[in-house]
This record gives sequence, structure tokens and C-alpha cells, in this order.
Amino acid sequence: MVDTFVIPLLKIVVVLNAVLVAVTYMVLLERKVIAWVQSRLGPMRVGPYGVLQPIADAVKLILKEDITPVKADKWVFTLAPILGLVPALVVFSVIPFGADPLYRITDINVGLLFVVSVTSIGVYGIILAGWASNSKYPLLASLRASAQLISYEIAVTMTLVSMIVTAGTLSLVGIVEAQQEAGLWFGFIQPAAFVLVFIGGLAETNRAPFDMPEAEQELTGGFHTEYSGMRFALFFLAEYANMIVVSSVVTILFWGGWLRPFPNIEVLAFLDFVPSWVWFLAKAFVFLYIFLWIRATLPRYRYDQLMRLGWKVLIPIAIGNLVVTGIVKILV
Amino acid sequence: MVEAIAFYTLATLILGFGILVISVRNIVHSVLFLVADLLLVAALYVTLAAEFLAVIQILVYAGGIVVLYLFVVMLVQLKRPELHADRRRLGVVGLLLAGVVLLELVGIAVYSASQPMLPAPGAARGLPIEGGNTENLGWVLYTDYLIPFEVASMLLLVAMIGAIVLARREVAVE
Repeated sequence: MVDTFVIPLLKIVVVLNAVLVAVTYMVLLERKVIAWVQSRLGPMRVGPYGVLQPIADAVKLILKEDITPVKADKWVFTLAPILGLVPALVVFSVIPFGADPLYRITDINVGLLFVVSVTSIGVYGIILAGWASNSKYPLLASLRASAQLISYEIAVTMTLVSMIVTAGTLSLVGIVEAQQEAGLWFGFIQPAAFVLVFIGGLAETNRAPFDMPEAEQELTGGFHTEYSGMRFALFFLAEYANMIVVSSVVTILFWGGWLRPFPNIEVLAFLDFVPSWVWFLAKAFVFLYIFLWIRATLPRYRYDQLMRLGWKVLIPIAIGNLVVTGIVKILV
Repeated sequence: MVEAIAFYTLATLILGFGILVISVRNIVHSVLFLVADLLLVAALYVTLAAEFLAVIQILVYAGGIVVLYLFVVMLVQLKRPELHADRRRLGVVGLLLAGVVLLELVGIAVYSASQPMLPAPGAARGLPIEGGNTENLGWVLYTDYLIPFEVASMLLLVAMIGAIVLARREVAVE
């Protein structure tokens, strides 16, 4: 009873809360990093160096009036933000944060496919939000979003297949263990796949330079134009939770998950005093930082450029990578 | 007991949502109920210990094909979802088709009930049955069922090329 219900439930509570807190502080970090890139200070007023800003933001968003447009489709309008956020949080049930089974909620034998399929449900949040608002800019944004997400999902999934071939398993725990056996992080074996998955991850989380669905200058905020208060905040939470998902998956697939650097070199065994989950979180944080860095550096793609990149560059490279991986796997 | 409860709950929900899919008058709502239906069918696969099939069901149907449905519905009816003008449109044809499908399903059920149980796929190869069926499925698909698999992939390729040829715009040659 305790092992089958209480402990997993406790873990779920801990992970959910940790993710939501991490998300609110990601927003602060993003504002700070972009401010530093632009030689500004960023939020400074609430608490020392603005560290209490996320709490102030949360209070503000909860207290704001929650408006539903008169001509909106009420049910779908309410459902859309929930549909966007829930899949992003569900994915964390299979993410292994550390070596010990204590640090993960569960390990299923189709882990990687589970991540891909559950995140593919998240797109409904964006599409339905745009449609239910019954307003032209959100609708344009959600049309863009569905085209964009479907195009990039093909390239990412195809690349993930080559990672499955490399690791020989679909379980996320198994993939990290395969890297331990190989004595090498898969990022060094499959650098092209890493770049593809990361670019695809940028596009699927609607982050700059692929933030077409919410392009402020063209679409006045995109699919969430008509949303206010906490419902708007749910979209924000979903976007940042998805960034954490992409960072975690990239860490697990390519950079050894919870493994220390050079997992098979005995001389570096002293590094083991750092707990495995710290390694995992540190690596995931690096990718979260890169997300912000890219947003502060690169301008947005034009829509046709984005589609051309997806279909004419990324998908052919993904297919080529898969073929080469298969041939190498048979020969070696 | 638990399995029976899970099955009947899921079955009731699937049928209920299925009826909603065809009876709701707003097309987007109809597509949404279809998504719910497909997710519940995936849950049904999980109760049958077919995790791989369940995940693929979500990935391909709920996450891919229905998104395209929604995309097309939104593109075609940009103003406001058209309500079905005549609800009894093609009712007879629909009933006939449903009857044929029902007959086919009953036929399959009766036939398969009379056959001996098939051994678990991959059992002959000494693969482990417990703990996951993905590897077994892969082996069986690419060895025993290689030809049906390749035929199915050819069929999809033909369909894809056909769609491209049909949709291609004629470019005037100067």
C-alpha cells in the first residue's frame, strides 16, 4: 500500500511543485538574462535583485480579471489552456532525475515514445485557443502553430529513431545506462542528431527564433491574445514547462543524464561525491540557459523560411542520419 | 475484477464519446470528442498490456492525424463552424455501412473464438515475454510478418505519391 500508492503520490507532488517553482523562476531568469545581454538590470524592485518578482507576478496574475470574450466558444476557450499545460507536466512522470529509482516517478519500457506522444497532444492547447477565441490574429497564430509543430515533429521523431537504434532501448533509464556501458555520451557519437533535436525542440516549444505562433509584432501576441489572468498564465507555464522537458530529454539522450563526465574513467571517480541528480539538473540548466541565450541573440525567422528549414533541411538530414546510423549499427 | 471494471468503464466512455462525435453539431467539438475517444482507446490498449500500440495510437492518431483534421476544418471554415444543415443527410447509407461493419466484427469474433489461442509472438524465438513487448513486436514484424509489413509500407507510399500528384499545381511551361 505504502509502496504502490503513498510514495509515488508523494513523488508526484514533489515533482509537480518543483517544476512549477522552476517555471516561475525561469521567467525571472529569462528577464534577467535578456536584460544582461542588453546591458540593462532587469527586475530589481521586488526583493533583493528582484528575486521575489515571480511571486509578485503570480499574485498579480491570480488577482487579475479573467475575461472570456462574448463571441468565444466558452467550453473550448476554458479547455485550451488546460490541454496545453497538462501534457507538459505528465511527461515528468518518466523523466529519471537520478541514478537511484528514488529519483524517478516511474520507468516504462516505451519511455521515449511516451514523451514524444504526450507532448504531441500539447499542440491542441494552442490550436484550440486560437480557434475558440473567435478572433482573427489568434486564429492565424494557431494555423501557423499546427503547421509548424507537425513539420518539426517529423524531423525530431525521425532523429529520435536513430537515437533508439544507437541505444537499443526505448526506456529513458535504459538509454542513460547504455551511455554508461558505451563509456561515451551519445552527444559525441550523434552530434548531428543532437543539433537536430535541439533545433526541433526550439520550434516545438515555440521559442525564438521560431516563435511564429506568438509573434508579437505581427499577431499581437498570437494564440493567447484574448486570454487574461490565470488562463494566460497557464499558457506561459506550459511554454516554460515544455522548455524544461526539452532540456531534460536532450540531457538524457545526448549528455548522459545523471552520469558524471567521462563515466568510465577511474581517475575522475572523485567526481562521484556530487549526487547524480545534481549532475542531471546542472546539465538540464545549461540547455535552459541556451534557450534564453538564443532568444536574446537571434531574430525571428520569417514564416516561409521556417517551413523551408523544416521540410527541406531538417527532415532530409534526419533521414540521412537514420540511414547512416543503421548502416554503422550493422557494420560495427 | 479490476480489469473487468476498467474494461467496462473504458468501453462505455468510448461508445459515449463515439456517439457524441457523430451527434454534436459543431465540427470542432466533434473533432475534440474524437481525440478523447482515441486517447481512451489507447488506455484500453494499456489494459491489454500493449503499451507500444497504446503509445503509437496517441502519437499517430491523436497527435498527428487529428491535428491535421482540425487544421483542415479550421482552414475550410474560417468564419464560424458551419452547422450541419440536414442531420439526416445520407442516413440510409450510413446505417447500411454500420450494419456491414457490425456483421464483419461479429464474424471475426465468432471465427477467432473457435480458433485455438495463438502463442505469444516471439515465444518460439525464446524472447522474454514479460517486461515489455516492444522488442518482441520488432522481431516478429521484421521476420515472420516481413512481407505484409512491406506491402503495407508500399501501400502508404503509393497513397502519398497519389496525394502529391493530385494536389500538384500545373506549372505552365514557357
